[in-house]
Amino acid sequence: MLTDTLTYPRAENRAFMTRSILKWSALAITVSMALYLIFALYAQQAFVFAMLFLVLTASAVFVFVNKRMYAHRYIFPAIAGMTLFVIFPLMYTVGIGFTNYSASNLLSFERVQNNLMGRTFQSESVRYGYSLYDTDKGYVIYLEGKHQNLMSPPFSLEGDEVQPVPVLPAQQTPSGEPLQIRDIIKHRSALNELKLSTEDGRELSMASLRDFAAIQSLYAVSENDTLTNNRTGVTYFPNHDEGFYESADGDRLVPGWTVSAGWDNYTKVITDPTISGPFLQIFIWTLVFAVCTVIFTLILGLLLANLLQWDQIRGKGFYRTMLILPYAVPAFISILVFKGLFNQNFGEINLVLENLFGIRPDWFSDPALARTMILIVNTWLGYPYMMLLSMGLLQSIPKDLYEASAMDGAGPINNLMNITFPLIIKPLAPLLIASFAFNFNNFVLIALLTGGAPDILGASTPAGTTDLLVSYTYRIAFQDSGQNFGLAAAIATVIFLVVGALSLINLKLSKIKV
Amino acid sequence: MAMVQPRSTKYRVLASHIGMLCFIALILFPLLMVISISFRSGNFATGSLLPEVPSLEHWSLALGIPYTDDAGNVTQPPFPVLLWLWNSIKIAVVSSILILALSTTSAYAFARMRFAGKGFVLKSMLIFQMFPPVLSLVALYALFDQIGNHVSWLGLNTHGAVIVASLGGMALHIWTIKGYFDSIDRSLEEAAIVDGATTWQAFRYILLPLSVPILMVVFILAFIMTIMEYPMASILLVDTDKLTLAVGAQQYLYEQNYLWGDFAAAAVLSGLPITLVFLYCQKWIVGGLTAGGVKG
Repeated sequence: MLTDTLTYPRAENRAFMTRSILKWSALAITVSMALYLIFALYAQQAFVFAMLFLVLTASAVFVFVNKRMYAHRYIFPAIAGMTLFVIFPLMYTVGIGFTNYSASNLLSFERVQNNLMGRTFQSESVRYGYSLYDTDKGYVIYLEGKHQNLMSPPFSLEGDEVQPVPVLPAQQTPSGEPLQIRDIIKHRSALNELKLSTEDGRELSMASLRDFAAIQSLYAVSENDTLTNNRTGVTYFPNHDEGFYESADGDRLVPGWTVSAGWDNYTKVITDPTISGPFLQIFIWTLVFAVCTVIFTLILGLLLANLLQWDQIRGKGFYRTMLILPYAVPAFISILVFKGLFNQNFGEINLVLENLFGIRPDWFSDPALARTMILIVNTWLGYPYMMLLSMGLLQSIPKDLYEASAMDGAGPINNLMNITFPLIIKPLAPLLIASFAFNFNNFVLIALLTGGAPDILGASTPAGTTDLLVSYTYRIAFQDSGQNFGLAAAIATVIFLVVGALSLINLKLSKIKV
Repeated sequence: MAMVQPRSTKYRVLASHIGMLCFIALILFPLLMVISISFRSGNFATGSLLPEVPSLEHWSLALGIPYTDDAGNVTQPPFPVLLWLWNSIKIAVVSSILILALSTTSAYAFARMRFAGKGFVLKSMLIFQMFPPVLSLVALYALFDQIGNHVSWLGLNTHGAVIVASLGGMALHIWTIKGYFDSIDRSLEEAAIVDGATTWQAFRYILLPLSVPILMVVFILAFIMTIMEYPMASILLVDTDKLTLAVGAQQYLYEQNYLWGDFAAAAVLSGLPITLVFLYCQKWIVGGLTAGGVKG
C-alpha cells in the first residue's frame, strides 16, 4: 500500500483531494453543531456553559487546523473529555461553594422576577354573579355585575380551548332557563379552565360556584425592581445579599435567586454548632475509617501474600483464586449481600450469633456496631487488592536474603521486620496513599450499606454517624428537603484540598518520570 | 532447594493450611449463603446452608418469568433485572470502546511524540483522576441538564449521558497504555517512517498490532469499572427501565419492601458472569491495576 502511493502520484493527489474535502466538511459540520449549542445556551442565559463549549470548540478548531499542533490532535479528545467531565465540574463545584445555590435559591434574578410577576389573584372588587344557559348552539354565560351585565356568545365546554371567550355588555338575559347549581357542579372542571375576556382587556375566571372574578397580577414592579403586592399593598425590596425579595417586616418571597455568599458557607461549617458538630464528628470518623481500612487490609493482605509465596505450601493456584474472590464479585452486589446478612431481624449473621452466643446485635442502629460492621465489610472487600500488590512486591525481593537470615537462625517475625518490610515499604507507600485516598472517598460502600444511618442528633443537615465526608456532601446536596448545594460544594472543596494534597505527596513519593 | 529448613517447618506448613482453609471458609460464607438463599422459598425464610426444599421461585422471578406457587398464586417479577443487566452491558461496552479508542491515540502521542506541555499534562492527569466524581455531581447534573435542553440524547435520564460522563476517567487507562508503548522498541516504527509511512500509518499498522494484549486489558478494566459505576448513574438515571444494575439492585432491600430472596437470585444471576470474567482475566487485570494503583 505504501509503494502504491509512491508510484502513482496522481492517484495519491486525487485521494489527497477527497480526503481534504472530507476533512473540511467534517470540521464544518462539527463546528456548526457546536455553535448551535453555544448560541442556544447563551440565549438561555447559561453563560458559564456557553463559555465552556466555546473554549472547547475554539481549541478543537485550533488544534485540528494548525499543522504545528499535529501531536495535540491525538491527545485532544482525551483532554477535552477530562476538561468537560473532571476539571470543569471541579471548578464549577468550587464556585458553587461561594454562592447560596440551593433548592430555594435555584434561579437567576430575572427568572425569579418573571416567576413572581406571573402570579395572579382573583380580585375582590371586580366580581360578577353568573348563570349558565344551555342553548341549541352551545353554552352561553351571563354575568351580573354591580355596574353592568355581560353575556358571551355560545361556546362549547367539551373542547379544551385555551382561547378566552369574549363577553360583551348585555341588556337582557338570554332566553331559556339557567342551569341548576347541581348541573353547574357537573361542569365544574371545565368551568375552572374557562377564561372570559372583557372589552377593556380584563380577564375573568371562576372564583366560586356562583362568582366570576377579574384576574389580576399579584405583584406590580417599579423602576428600582421593587415589587408591590396588589392585594395587600405591601412593598418588597430585592435583597441582593440574601437573594430574596423582602418586605420591611422581613417577610420573604419564595423562590429566591442565586447570589454570591462569600465565605458564608465556610464560616457556617466552623461556627454554626448544628453543622460544625456533625462535620467534625464525620471528619474524624472518615480519617479513622480510612486509616483502619488501610491497616487492616494491609496486615491481612501481607500475611496471606507471605503464605502464598512460601514454597512449602502446595495448591497455591486454588488458594489464590479463592482468596481473590471477594475482589472479583462486583462491589455493589457484595455490599448489598452484607446489608442483607447483617439485617437485625432476618439476617443470617444474627441467626448464627443467636444460636452460638444468644445475642442479636443492632448492626444498623447502634453507632459503634454500625462502624464495626463497615470496617468488617470493607476489610473483606479490600484485602485481596493488598494481597495482590504485596505478592508482586515480594517477588522482587532477592531470595538469598532470606537464606542468609535462615543461616543466622532468624524466625519468620525477624524476617518480616528486618527484611521484607523495609524492602517493600518504599514502593508500597504511594499505593497505600492511593488506597487511603480511595477509602477516604468510599462513597459506594456507605451509600449502599448504611446510607449514613444511624443519624446524628441535633444536626440541621442530613448527617449520620457512619457517614463519610463524601456521603455527607452527597446527602446535603441530593437528599431530603434541604438540597443545600452551596454548603455541599463548600464541604466538597475542603475534600478537594485534602485529596489534592494527598495526590501531590503521592506524585513526589512515586517519583514518576514522564 | 538449598534453603536451610528448621525442624518445625512441617507443623508450620500444616498450621498454615488449616489457617488458610478456615479463613477461606469465613470469607466465602456470605457468597455461599446468598446462593443458598436464592433457592429458599419466600423472602424471610431461614434454614441451613443446603435448603431442605429447594425452590426456583426467586430464580424464575429474576429471569422475568411470573412464578406460580402450589396454591396457584401468581407473583409478578418485582424488577426488570435482565433489562438492568442489558442496560449495564450496553453502557459498559459502548463506553469501553470509546475509552479504548481515545486513550490509545492519546497514549501514542504521549509515548512517541514531543510536544509542548507533555509532562505537565501527564502529571495533572494523574492528580485529577484521584478526585472522586461524587463530589462534582451537582456540577455534572447541571451540565447534563443544560446539554439535554438542546441535545436530547445527551440529557438527564439518558444512557448517552452516562456513557459520555464515563470518558472523564480515561487518565488511568492512558497511563497504562503509555507504559506498554514505552516498553516497545520504537525502531520498527522508525523503519516504517523511513520507508515513507506517515505517523498515523506507523501507529495503525506497526504499533497497534503489537499492543493487542494491553488493549484487551484496558478494555476489560474499563468494562468492569463502568459496570460497577454507581454515583454518577444514580444521579443521571431516573426511570426504572433505564437504570443500570448497580443502581437498580439496591431497590430490593428497602425497609418497606424487603425482598431478600428475590435479591439473592438476582445478585447471583447478574454477579456471576462479571465474577467469572474477572477470574478468567485476573492475570492481566492485576497487572493493569497495580500499574494504576486504584480500584474503581
